[in-house]
Amino acid sequence: MTTGAPPAVDALAGVTVVEFGGYAAGPAIGKYLANFGARVIHVESFSRPDGFRLQYPPYKDDRVGINRSGCFAFFNDSKQGVSIDIKNPSALRLIYRLVARTDIVVENMRPGVMARLGLGYPELKVHNPSLVMLSTSNLGQTGPRATHPGFGSQLSSLSGFTEMIGVPGGPPFCLYGPYIDMIAVAYGGAAVLAALDRQRRTGEGAFIDLAQYEAGLQFLAPALLDYTVNGVSPTRNGNRDRVAVPHGSYRCRDRRWVALSCWDDAEWSRLAEATGDPVLTDVALATSEGRRAHEADIDHHIADWARERDAAGIVSALRSANVHVAIVNTMQDLYEDPQLAARDVFQPFDHAELGPMRYRMVSYQLSETPGRVRSAAPRLGEHTEEVFKVWFGLNASEFEELSAQGVFS
Amino acid sequence: MFLSPYRVLDVTGPLGFLAGRILADLGADVIKVEAPGGDLSRRWPPFHEHHGGRQSLYWLAFNANKRGITLDLEAANGRFVLRELARSADVLVESFPPGYLAQHQLAYEQLHRENPRLVFVSITPYGQNGGHSGYPASDIEIMAASGAMSLAGEADGEPMRVSVPQAAQWAGSEAAMGALTALVYRTQSGRGQWVDVSAQAAVLAALAHAPVFWDLNRVNPERAGVYITGRSVSGARMRAFWPCQDGWINFIVYGGSAGRHTNQQLVAWMEERGMGADALRRIDWRRFTVPELTQEQVDAIEAPIGAFLATLTKQEFLAEAMARQMLGYPVSSAEDIHRDPQLDARAFWQQVGGGRPGGAIRYPGGFAVVDGERLPIRRPAPEVGEHNDEVYGHLVHDSPTVV
Repeated sequence: MTTGAPPAVDALAGVTVVEFGGYAAGPAIGKYLANFGARVIHVESFSRPDGFRLQYPPYKDDRVGINRSGCFAFFNDSKQGVSIDIKNPSALRLIYRLVARTDIVVENMRPGVMARLGLGYPELKVHNPSLVMLSTSNLGQTGPRATHPGFGSQLSSLSGFTEMIGVPGGPPFCLYGPYIDMIAVAYGGAAVLAALDRQRRTGEGAFIDLAQYEAGLQFLAPALLDYTVNGVSPTRNGNRDRVAVPHGSYRCRDRRWVALSCWDDAEWSRLAEATGDPVLTDVALATSEGRRAHEADIDHHIADWARERDAAGIVSALRSANVHVAIVNTMQDLYEDPQLAARDVFQPFDHAELGPMRYRMVSYQLSETPGRVRSAAPRLGEHTEEVFKVWFGLNASEFEELSAQGVFS
Repeated sequence: MFLSPYRVLDVTGPLGFLAGRILADLGADVIKVEAPGGDLSRRWPPFHEHHGGRQSLYWLAFNANKRGITLDLEAANGRFVLRELARSADVLVESFPPGYLAQHQLAYEQLHRENPRLVFVSITPYGQNGGHSGYPASDIEIMAASGAMSLAGEADGEPMRVSVPQAAQWAGSEAAMGALTALVYRTQSGRGQWVDVSAQAAVLAALAHAPVFWDLNRVNPERAGVYITGRSVSGARMRAFWPCQDGWINFIVYGGSAGRHTNQQLVAWMEERGMGADALRRIDWRRFTVPELTQEQVDAIEAPIGAFLATLTKQEFLAEAMARQMLGYPVSSAEDIHRDPQLDARAFWQQVGGGRPGGAIRYPGGFAVVDGERLPIRRPAPEVGEHNDEVYGHLVHDSPTVV
């Protein structure tokens, strides 16, 4: 990709986002926008901090503390953090004034909570007719189970993902963390950006009701259609694929793993030749039908071949042969992966209590207005004064008065 | 709808299908461009088989809401036609290997010169730059390179992918965000640009906070089968999957207010069924937290819970979890999902393609509800070249061979 002079402007310069809620599904959306220059204000309070701050490791040096959560930090880089006690009556008036200067509100409270707080879309729209608001929740704002609480790590089961991982007949396996929440982040991000574009063109606002459940189901659409048209509920099938043979992961001599796959006869013959295993060059395996019939044998032979070699050597040999292959990176490996480094995916920032930490830049880069991690995640309430005095423009006595009323506690 | 003024040229293979689908769901006029004869993925199982032929479910799923045309980019006049289409397009999405379009005089620089407002989105396994950018990668290699597989499977066993390929959806959905970020900027500035998406980097999102354990504390999270790790600073693991009468239940002992409530309710439910246990009665659930639990404590809590869950059916658990506002869900199959009343109540499913040879199909509908209306699927995935006449009009009458 071409790189030119540093950007004169950010893609989302001048866009203001305010977020209520916590954990991943709401706040991670703001992170994507903040990386491209939006001002993203993360609202929490000392009485109700973001749940990631105290409920989820990792903590720096394994010591739990309100500003020591790496989990919170990872989803909230590049933002400003403010503390507002949203149950304080004076806070409500301040939030209405804030919303009047906001383009997008993102919230992921349990359905109904924002309305009870006086922060439902109809109320906020009175103060900003162009407001775009995204409510993202487990199961959506409506329906018989709308208010049923849930976390993404379990919603990944209700939505069918864990049914699809593991070996046939064995138990389902975990997907790490709130997998499905992150799907809803991508869909929610796309929805608010599309709504923002229309807001910029026409002044119209919008209310977007996103169910993490329904967003996640989009990623499994072929399996859901299989039930629709064939009455089949597909289930986990190890690492097998319906087209490619072989297709799997193999342990190497250095105890690392490689994944590889073969998509046509020519690729297979290159793989078979690269292994030097005479059994694999047998003409019976030259067609995909032949390989499918002997899939287990092929797997054993490739596993034997891999076990005697280091992962890097296998990847190098098979890439030279133009065969699909990759190392199975561990979390440690990711930080040393040359390709992710070439794309500057992990960007370091220092944090007063976490120290240096590498934040994840999103997967897309823009040629004219490149994004970047802007700053470490905020400590709780770190930017309350900066946001309300410097940017929002409260004078000193207004700020002190609201402080005295407990608005910022 | 949000994107109704916009036209998108979708020149992607399977790695990029979802990007155009999302833009189409949000209202854009998305034109899927395929090689003559149709995209290779039309031959991927599973299929919808019917007397009029068969269609790939993968194709149907990720190309709904698009129009479809064919065009031969290997032919000079085919490339000319694409450039003509790109002059009046707002967004072009492609997923060719890096360098392919440049060899065919269709590089970003050229199309951008001819249409400075064009948002040009490239989706590739590893991105446009870096030493790996030229290597081929399918779903399993991308899931491997992104770290996702290292976190799934039995401890010390084979790293696993999800059996329904996922990498393309991660890449496509993040690409949609990238395209829209560029589009918002264009609305303000009038300037298009190049959006470069790496599927490997996109799947990093799926890992949630797992990498941070290494970065902060030099702990390398690993797969643990049916257990979740990383909730306890002592390193204790908690079980997530429990066999039940007709399948599996995902139940995890959590702290926090929702977790404490769940645990209290479960204990009460177990007592009502005569399956209470001293190990649970001894705990003050109002003060219960997870991060400092030892493995011994976790095991003592989980043993009676597992015995109780084994007596339930998936539906029994879900109904009672709802009534008691407990955390936890059954491991649903496609059939369970189709029967979930929550989705019916939200008008999630939609009949699509009534006029087609195979008849209407019940689809998972649009991904969100906007101002009270479910984002609609306005048209089924296109047949090969279905919209050639209406899209090309006079444009290719001189050279019909390119389609």
